[in-house]
Amino acid sequence: MSDSKKFIVSHAPFWHSGSSVSERHLNLIAAALPAVLFGLTQYGGPALAVIAFSVSTAMIWEMLLNAAMKRPQTVTDGHAALIGLLFAMLLPASAPWWLVLTGTFVSVVVGKMIFGGIGANPFHPALLGYGILFVSWGDYFDFNEALRNYDLGFEMLYPLWSAKFFGPDAVAHFSSWDLLAGQQIGGIGATFGIGLIAGGLYLIARGFVRWEIPASFLAGVFVTAFIFHAAAPDRYAGPLFHLFTGYTLLGAFFLAPEDSSSPVNFIPMLIYGAGAGMLTMLIRNIGVYVDGVAFAIILMNIANPLIDKIRPKAIGKVA
Amino acid sequence: MRTKSFLSLSSPRLDYRNFAGLPGEPELLPPAESLTLHLPGRFRPAKAGLNIGDRVRRGQRLAIYEDQKEGVICPATGTVSAVGPFIGNLGRPYTAVTIAVEPDGEADDESAGAAGSLDLETADRFFSSLPGAPDFSVFFDPETPIRTLLVSGVDADLLVTTNQYAARRWPKEIKKGLSALSEVLSLERSVLALPGDIVQNYASVGATETVGVSPEYPSGNPRLVALAAMGEPVPAGASMAEAGIAFMTAEAVAAIGRVVGTGRPPTEKIVTVVNKDGGKRLVSAVIGTPIRHILDAAGIVVEEGDRIILGGPMTGTAVYSVDHPVTPATDALMIQAGKDIVKTSDYPCINCGECNRACPVNIQVNMLVRFLEAGKYEEAEDLYELDACIDCGLCSFVCVSRIPIFQYIRLAKYELSRIRSIEEEEHE
Repeated sequence: MSDSKKFIVSHAPFWHSGSSVSERHLNLIAAALPAVLFGLTQYGGPALAVIAFSVSTAMIWEMLLNAAMKRPQTVTDGHAALIGLLFAMLLPASAPWWLVLTGTFVSVVVGKMIFGGIGANPFHPALLGYGILFVSWGDYFDFNEALRNYDLGFEMLYPLWSAKFFGPDAVAHFSSWDLLAGQQIGGIGATFGIGLIAGGLYLIARGFVRWEIPASFLAGVFVTAFIFHAAAPDRYAGPLFHLFTGYTLLGAFFLAPEDSSSPVNFIPMLIYGAGAGMLTMLIRNIGVYVDGVAFAIILMNIANPLIDKIRPKAIGKVA
Repeated sequence: MRTKSFLSLSSPRLDYRNFAGLPGEPELLPPAESLTLHLPGRFRPAKAGLNIGDRVRRGQRLAIYEDQKEGVICPATGTVSAVGPFIGNLGRPYTAVTIAVEPDGEADDESAGAAGSLDLETADRFFSSLPGAPDFSVFFDPETPIRTLLVSGVDADLLVTTNQYAARRWPKEIKKGLSALSEVLSLERSVLALPGDIVQNYASVGATETVGVSPEYPSGNPRLVALAAMGEPVPAGASMAEAGIAFMTAEAVAAIGRVVGTGRPPTEKIVTVVNKDGGKRLVSAVIGTPIRHILDAAGIVVEEGDRIILGGPMTGTAVYSVDHPVTPATDALMIQAGKDIVKTSDYPCINCGECNRACPVNIQVNMLVRFLEAGKYEEAEDLYELDACIDCGLCSFVCVSRIPIFQYIRLAKYELSRIRSIEEEEHE
């Protein structure tokens, strides 16, 4: 043949929308930054240490596991860094180094890598890490105890704890605005509601988070809390209080919509979100734990494959 | 090519209008020195009825084997300069016949005679290689009688304007072709599908119904055109013929109209040529013209590492040589610069669900692809509706992990059809 030029031959389609896995995770990390930065201004150096150590160890665990399993390195896709960041956001600023190290081990190795890496994890890896550590060393997650050396100019009691053990009157002085603006103690990246909502809306607008899950999750929390509050206003705090405290907003925008462990069909997404929101309130109001977001989402993660079977029939399929 | 907008609340929407534009007049290409025709059927040198040195004439029906059913009309007069095997997509065998063209060679009136006394047999024998490649074979199966003829004046793929051009500029020929076809065939309906924005102003083509097609990709896909025209979908797993629908492009019907009107079969194919920068033009090239000839005439320089695509960006076929000819079904020729090529990856599915929301027929692609990656094709069809797929390519287009989903789907369909034909043979 006279023409020796070699052309690229591949299968259609020849266009691509340009989306990529690393773009997705970097955007998720960027969207979490406002809440993280607010946490850093509140808790200072120790919070920075926890976040830096969590992100770096999460990435190192993934690199080590990939090397051990002789798989291609995937650490540059940003998923491990995202897991590390989200795990750190759940922790109190005073978390000791070994807790962070163990947590990222459980998150990345047990929560993700042994299931086959990205896309194969049945639970949100960071939540699995949090859940196992919370059950094992619950004292370190007691925010009242963990943050007792801080005085940030507002009541240094965990609002959900006060509401659970002393009733809604004990938290009546928290206005919704104060809670949204981060005038409460809690996880490093979980208290700044405005930042979390802004980040979440950014992700929804860019298409990185499916709006159905945050919306139905928040609706589930709101409605369930409203019912409890309406039934016994002297025992249960109101719905807005529950929306803006604990891990609710972090869970709604960053934890529940995790790709691998959440449904993708419309009705399943609504069931999943609403179910997680409802379970959150059941755990908070009648369970033994102060906050229920983590366990509620983990429980709905288990149900996800089953729920996601509810789907429309393909066009052309006859029943 | 990146087309995803910064904000994407809904699933990505590809609009034909953003890519199509109004078709201009096609440039007439100067004739090439040699033409190559792909005749269906495996190359069997011993049985070939056409050998190097044989003279062929324009309008003559080329039959290389005695048992060859498909009609291939010789597009030019000249001498056969090469005969050899060619393997097409999915291993489909062809015999490639190359003709050294004599300018101003005299024509043959064999096909003109066929046009004079048109019936289904002669149409199939002669006219299935007309520009637009009308498929007459679907009319012969007595078990699946064709009740509706669906003529598509829209293009299935983005960027392509070939059929839109034919529908806008040749309403008379289409009308003539339709009336000739309805004499030969026993049809209950014939429907002409047109872009939704011109259907109102369209010059009437007689009693034929018209239906407007939405401008959102992939509504120009034949099965979705059928859905728009019939009001109900072609059942999954069934061919359009099995649903009683024969599908032809507007260009093909116009070509039939010409044959009937003038007695001379048209041999020029309208091809939308898309340059590396996205610039488009229509050219009119004789069937069999090598791509190289079109590129030279259009002044397009291809470099190593570029991609040459027959068809549009979503469903076309990449070819490996500029010697590949224009076939009766080549609606577009697209050149993509190497730097614009987004490579697929072997990354696992992250379950983001973009494909599910993009799928026009509601297939749960995120689950389907897991079965396809594992080679579980029968399970993929039983559990996740592989057979409902209409081959639009949107799932691959939106895939965040850049999985070649469409390729997996095509492979699965091909393997399943192979398994079935083997099973049928064993059964018999």
